[in-house]
Amino acid sequence: MDLFLSRRRVLKGILNGSAVTVALPLLDCFLNDNGNAFADGTPLPVRFGTWFWALGMAKQVFVPKTVGAHFDLPEEIASLAPVKDKINVFTGFDTFRDDTPNQCHYTGWVILMSGSSPQTAGDKPGESIDITVANEIGRQSRFKTLTATATGDPRTTYSYENQTTPSTPEWSATQFYTRLFGPEFQDPNAKEFKPNPKTMVRRSVLSVVMDDINRVQARVGAEDRARVDQYLTGLRHIEKQLDQQLSRPEPRAACKPPADPKDDGAMGSTFEMISARHRVLTDLMVMAIACDQTRVFNMAYADAQSSITKPGYEKPHHTCTHEEPVDQTLGYQPNASWFTRRAIEEWAYYVSAFSKVKEGDGTLLDNVLIYAFTDTSWARVHSLDNMPMFSAGRAGGKIKTGLHIVGGGSPATRLGLTAMRAVGLSGKEWGTKSNNTSQAIAEMVV
Amino acid sequence: MLASSADRAESSKVDVPTIGKSHSRNQFPRRSGLVARTGIGFGTCAIVALLTSCQTSGPAVNAHHPTGAHLQAQPVARIAEPKDVVSRARLRIMTAQQYDNTLANIFGPDLKLDAQFPPMTRTGGLLENGAGVAGVSEAQVEQYQRTASLVAAEVTDSAHRTFLIPCTPANEKSADAACAGQFLTHVGRLLYRHPLAPEQAAALVNQADAAAVRLKDFYAGLSYALEGMLISPEMLLLTETAAPDRTQPGHERLDGYSLATRLSLFLWDSGPDSRLLDAASSGALETPRGRARVVAMMLASPRLVAGTRAFFDDMFGFDDFQTLTKDPSIYPSFTGATAADAREQTLRTVVDLLITQNGDYRDLFTTRKTFISTALSPIYGVPAGSGWTAYEFPPDSPRTGILTQVSFLALHAHPGRSSPTRRGKALREILLCEPVPHPPPNVDFSKVENPDPSLKTMRQRLTAHRSNPVCAGCHRITDPIGLGLENFDGAGEYRGAENGATIDASGSLDGTTFTDAVGLGQALHDDPALTSCLVQRVYSYGIGGAASAKANPMLAYLNQQFAAHGYRFKDLLRTIALSNAFSEVEESTPQMRTVRNGSSLGK
Repeated sequence: MDLFLSRRRVLKGILNGSAVTVALPLLDCFLNDNGNAFADGTPLPVRFGTWFWALGMAKQVFVPKTVGAHFDLPEEIASLAPVKDKINVFTGFDTFRDDTPNQCHYTGWVILMSGSSPQTAGDKPGESIDITVANEIGRQSRFKTLTATATGDPRTTYSYENQTTPSTPEWSATQFYTRLFGPEFQDPNAKEFKPNPKTMVRRSVLSVVMDDINRVQARVGAEDRARVDQYLTGLRHIEKQLDQQLSRPEPRAACKPPADPKDDGAMGSTFEMISARHRVLTDLMVMAIACDQTRVFNMAYADAQSSITKPGYEKPHHTCTHEEPVDQTLGYQPNASWFTRRAIEEWAYYVSAFSKVKEGDGTLLDNVLIYAFTDTSWARVHSLDNMPMFSAGRAGGKIKTGLHIVGGGSPATRLGLTAMRAVGLSGKEWGTKSNNTSQAIAEMVV
Repeated sequence: MLASSADRAESSKVDVPTIGKSHSRNQFPRRSGLVARTGIGFGTCAIVALLTSCQTSGPAVNAHHPTGAHLQAQPVARIAEPKDVVSRARLRIMTAQQYDNTLANIFGPDLKLDAQFPPMTRTGGLLENGAGVAGVSEAQVEQYQRTASLVAAEVTDSAHRTFLIPCTPANEKSADAACAGQFLTHVGRLLYRHPLAPEQAAALVNQADAAAVRLKDFYAGLSYALEGMLISPEMLLLTETAAPDRTQPGHERLDGYSLATRLSLFLWDSGPDSRLLDAASSGALETPRGRARVVAMMLASPRLVAGTRAFFDDMFGFDDFQTLTKDPSIYPSFTGATAADAREQTLRTVVDLLITQNGDYRDLFTTRKTFISTALSPIYGVPAGSGWTAYEFPPDSPRTGILTQVSFLALHAHPGRSSPTRRGKALREILLCEPVPHPPPNVDFSKVENPDPSLKTMRQRLTAHRSNPVCAGCHRITDPIGLGLENFDGAGEYRGAENGATIDASGSLDGTTFTDAVGLGQALHDDPALTSCLVQRVYSYGIGGAASAKANPMLAYLNQQFAAHGYRFKDLLRTIALSNAFSEVEESTPQMRTVRNGSSLGK
């Protein structure tokens, strides 16, 4: 007789009998003396995220005059003052389209997310950087990735599993809350753990459903088999989530499930509405990370052809960048800059939200690396050189912050490569053609 | 009680198409393309970046014809249906609307359904075509699971079980394999669009039984088994399989269940009902007479309304309504309810004219008949009762046709102003199937900066814009159309003047001049590309993917048939549904042949 009892077998026994209560010890006992690792030596997880804003910058008031530490904050990014020491600002890095046409408001972000320039507007990115990272570090958590957009539009996403599979963004705070903290959420710090017998039932039914994959697979042509396989991967993902629900979660001291937002707020495109949505979604996202529901996350503040409006001003952001005259005194487009300033305020909010969550002996931000990118440099002419970018967080101590780093025309994909290495990937290079690079940004690496 | 209203609908007599009747007044050779039509070859495309879209030399063909002159009857040879055009067996992902419609048809309309599946990528003008290439992400399967869980719980709750579950268990606190089997095999056939394989049914019943015992609740067991079916790839992946064509040796057709599903998605935007599946299993769908009978039944079904709404919602790009908002400080009358009702108004107008009245598709652009709701009343400036009421604009009203409805006017405008360019572009791309090139990426707008306070109207500002040769090429193919709608602001409200200057709403559509929106509607009505575009879209919607160049003879045939039937939409649906190309498919690999219920006919 096999005396080895697996966790599942124990749980099955529990389910067939009566539920038990499993008491958990005090949370701090799980951290080591330095507060930067669990007691068994497992380091706190490093997470990777992205943040997108639209339509670049007005370089006259965006690019700091000083390079390196103690850089200045020109007026378009002045709102970053409270988080200046937690971020890096990147300017002077280029994206290269080589022999591909410049697809307006598309080529730039596709290069920054996938490392390759698209041939046409229908040429969707292949696997985007977040998915590459998630395939390495995202498998242990409940969600491999989480993606959200403040636009209210479920089509706004910059994350792609492959060319035909965009990551669906969360756009509704209430739906996002339910997905994260609804009935299926297991509070990692709950004093009691009671496996739900219904979860075991679901898990059992799922095995029957998975048998249907073979039936379907036998009916489709070679080119569609990959899509059926993808479906199976999705079912396995559900299976993994159910298994997790049947297991006692690791405690997370930083996890404090938020209140239900109850409603989605006004659905519209004015800056105030977008900002409100961005902040609610950000707060939910940050707590999802603190609760270790995901280790890879994406947030889009705007669509690349942003339709955010300024009350009383007839042109939405994208139209404004093309039609507004350059103010000869200021040297830039004042309303376009107004929109960018609002975006940067939201970036500051996003970074602050991570830094407000205490984790170990520092904050959640210390164990995160966020990559902030856009679609153009000067949106008015869709320029792809001198792309502004940011990073935030220290990736568990592997990244320095508080720097303005200038690329000197080198590939902007260097930031993505550096980020991937910082969160534990071992790739030697990233990108294709002129966007290919094997050179990390040494200035930011500890 | 699982029978739907459509199940109870009487089959109508097959309406034999009147092929060959002399409705030839609008038969035209297919025009060679946008450039030839519009005469922008005369334009001044000054930069290389525009060459692909604007470079032409010499005079344009057919650029100008006097209004109405192209309506004269021309003799047209009858085209027979091409027999060498076939479609392709595809795998489509079920859309959220198809999911909602399917479940509402099986379980009744009172179920709370609001599936939130990811949007498809618009391909060849249609979202539905995107379903043929879309992948499935893990997050998407999660969404399926969440929706399935809610639906299954609702179907089996105490409020619904008495009429949705056809039997009562011997003991509610335990398993009842017979009752579970009765429910699951019946529902499973409708959800999977074919009968369950015996082992498939047995496995589900076993699960329901085990769960009922474990949870001491028969209905809970049933609920989890149903939830499983609702996330099965059998439900959400719409596969099509080929079988040898008995009437044409060497050819392959969709097998009965695949054809039933294709027909059902096409005409009802839903999975097939019981009678359609019966026709598939009996072989009735394999004969022309049987197919005609089935299609006639489907066209007579109330479900045709949902199918028609789904098609036009897709073709008209109404998914953009999800994010349509207007600046409240500029358009205070335009609220979220206005946007929702504007979409509904146009769909009601479409269904009334094309389905209820069986009218001419072209009349959608000239009709004064529509429906009004309270939310739309302030924009249109007409009184409205509660709910939706039929309304006809008076003969002197500037509003005729759906171009002058809020849906088109507001969707294709900026949040705070009108946009003749967007409206012209939308009319060309959505209604005439003519893509408008994007602006060149490196254009510098510095020479056309506005606002210039001396330019009061949009016409004046756009004229300044077009004085720049870089911009002129493309703006000439959009703006003269959109300027015809300038009497309607960005929210769709009528205005006679802009910034104190009287609006001149004259314009032209490919040489046909007009003085206002009424004239634009008539010019569009008379434009042969209007109907050929619809034909192209409906055909690709039906076969589940954009039509390739090989399908051109088929499209020519369908264009002629559509004209011969007086541009009746239902006749177009029938012609497509009964065409050889709809059911005959490219020769498949062995694995793609029918492999149902675990058997392996193709191996």
